Amino acid sequence: MSGRVLVGVKRVIDYAVKIREAVKLKEKKLIKEVVAVSCGPQQVQETIRTALAMGADRGIHVEVSGKDYENLGPLQVSKILAALAKKEDANLIILGKQAIDDDCNQTGQMTAALLDWPQGTFASEVALEGDTMKVVREIDGGLETIKIKMPAVVTADLRLNTPRYATLPNIMKAKKKKITNVKPGDLGVELTRRGECREGRRGHTERTVIRRRTEPDSKPSVPAAGGALGPFPLQARLIRTRLRPSVCASLPQRLCVGLCSMGLPLRMKRHAALTVTAGV
Amino acid sequence: QSTLVVAEHNNDTLTPITLNAISAASKIGGEVACLVAGTNCTKVAEEVSKIKGVQKVLVAQHDAYKGALAEELTPLILATQKQFNFTHICAGASAFGKNLLPRVAAKLDVAPISDIIEIKSPDTFVRTIYAGNALSTVKCSEPVKVLTVRGTSFEAAAVEGGGAATEEVSLSSPVGVSEWLEQNLTKSDRPELTSAKVVVSGGRGLKSGENFKLLYDLADKMNAAVGASRAAVDAGFVPNDMQVGQTGKIVAPELYIAVGISGAIQHLAGMKDSKTIVAINKDPEAPIFQVADYGLVADLFKAVPEMTEALNK
Repeated sequence: MSGRVLVGVKRVIDYAVKIREAVKLKEKKLIKEVVAVSCGPQQVQETIRTALAMGADRGIHVEVSGKDYENLGPLQVSKILAALAKKEDANLIILGKQAIDDDCNQTGQMTAALLDWPQGTFASEVALEGDTMKVVREIDGGLETIKIKMPAVVTADLRLNTPRYATLPNIMKAKKKKITNVKPGDLGVELTRRGECREGRRGHTERTVIRRRTEPDSKPSVPAAGGALGPFPLQARLIRTRLRPSVCASLPQRLCVGLCSMGLPLRMKRHAALTVTAGV
Repeated sequence: QSTLVVAEHNNDTLTPITLNAISAASKIGGEVACLVAGTNCTKVAEEVSKIKGVQKVLVAQHDAYKGALAEELTPLILATQKQFNFTHICAGASAFGKNLLPRVAAKLDVAPISDIIEIKSPDTFVRTIYAGNALSTVKCSEPVKVLTVRGTSFEAAAVEGGGAATEEVSLSSPVGVSEWLEQNLTKSDRPELTSAKVVVSGGRGLKSGENFKLLYDLADKMNAAVGASRAAVDAGFVPNDMQVGQTGKIVAPELYIAVGISGAIQHLAGMKDSKTIVAINKDPEAPIFQVADYGLVADLFKAVPEMTEALNK
């Protein structure tokens, strides 16, 4: 098979399992080229570079910045990816299942829909066999195996494989690899917000409501179900801590800075609505 | 205004999260219709017609709907949508709903809203972002609102008291690009994780899959479900369907006991709405104590057997 794989990479922390899977397919000579794609401002080139160092052959940077970037939701990203897949004559797209920031879990499914390709979502194992792919999917009660026809979209579960880390020689080699720059307009994708569902996310006029858990009004008594716990020497220790650096590291920068400067403890559970102007 | 709820089932029984989705649909207001598509699902359709709040049951039976493949169900939902002009389409935010509805939404050229936890009005919904650390209120002006509903955030609709009329809908022609081969479901006599009143979860601190027996013993005494952190699943201690967290299952039991779990925010995202949280960990600095109502700084290998022992008395 002489296929081409598009792998979507995102600017927020990327677990890189997707690149690894694509590179593995290439090593097995099942596909011929791995293309790393990312949408966003100039900075996403770094993400693409990392993907190149991990074995992708070339990169495509879909340049979206400023206001357009704020409007960029999963639907628009799917449109971009679908258009790129056609333009690049790709026959496999590998994406993550769920972004760590917006938790949408939509892009892969929507890209597949727009291309009318089958989708192997939440994949923990894939096997390419000629023009079909066997996908083991993680579902609620366990695992499920489906067979889909190529071309197809696969969304990777975290256990698809272990990420490969970039080695120094590969990082050097990656510097020579090519990153093509395209604009959504070149692909015929409009980024205007058309009945878009993203208020309260990034816009500066709208507001994001962050709620945090208040200190419990009264110490909750162990409910009936746990009544049996009575005899244990359970030390009731409510540890109140402010955001610790280690917790901060895993939060997106802007949100985190916002939270820290307000000195909120990381116990956002119950009400006590706190309105923060977006951009946090 | 009307809502279509896509029922999740295995041709034999309805998956409980559908009841939560139906109650969310009732909150939106207007007529609630429920689509039951499967290979031989008359029994499920009857079950659905009795659910309180459902006004209409639409049934579609064909071999192509085996395994509820998104490629096959999407054209069916689109055709049904065309026929009835629903203003909302929703399903539970389970592997089924998350796989299917974004595909439907893209075909309708609308942006779907995933995993909503609250309905403010027919077009305004609340969902969590940043691993549950922030809430985002979303106003949706799409002509058709496509939603997945977090099961733990809505009461289950009553399974009795309804009397919906059942009608067959015209079938979509098979697409044939995908095929369902098999399912390997984990068998367990314990309650189901997302609906259990008590959940005992283990993390990397358990050190091995065998040691999870400590938790199973405790869970069996309390009629609890057993969950795990991603670290424990990745380490191969337990199967993936036990994972509680941002990318695993979201649970909100009366009592959640976290054993040997440090409490990465991705794990907290899946359990911090539990009514009472108990954490057992050796490390007093473990972030899990930040959300715990009761924290026990102790060696789990001593504390857990002691608890099980005490429950034996």
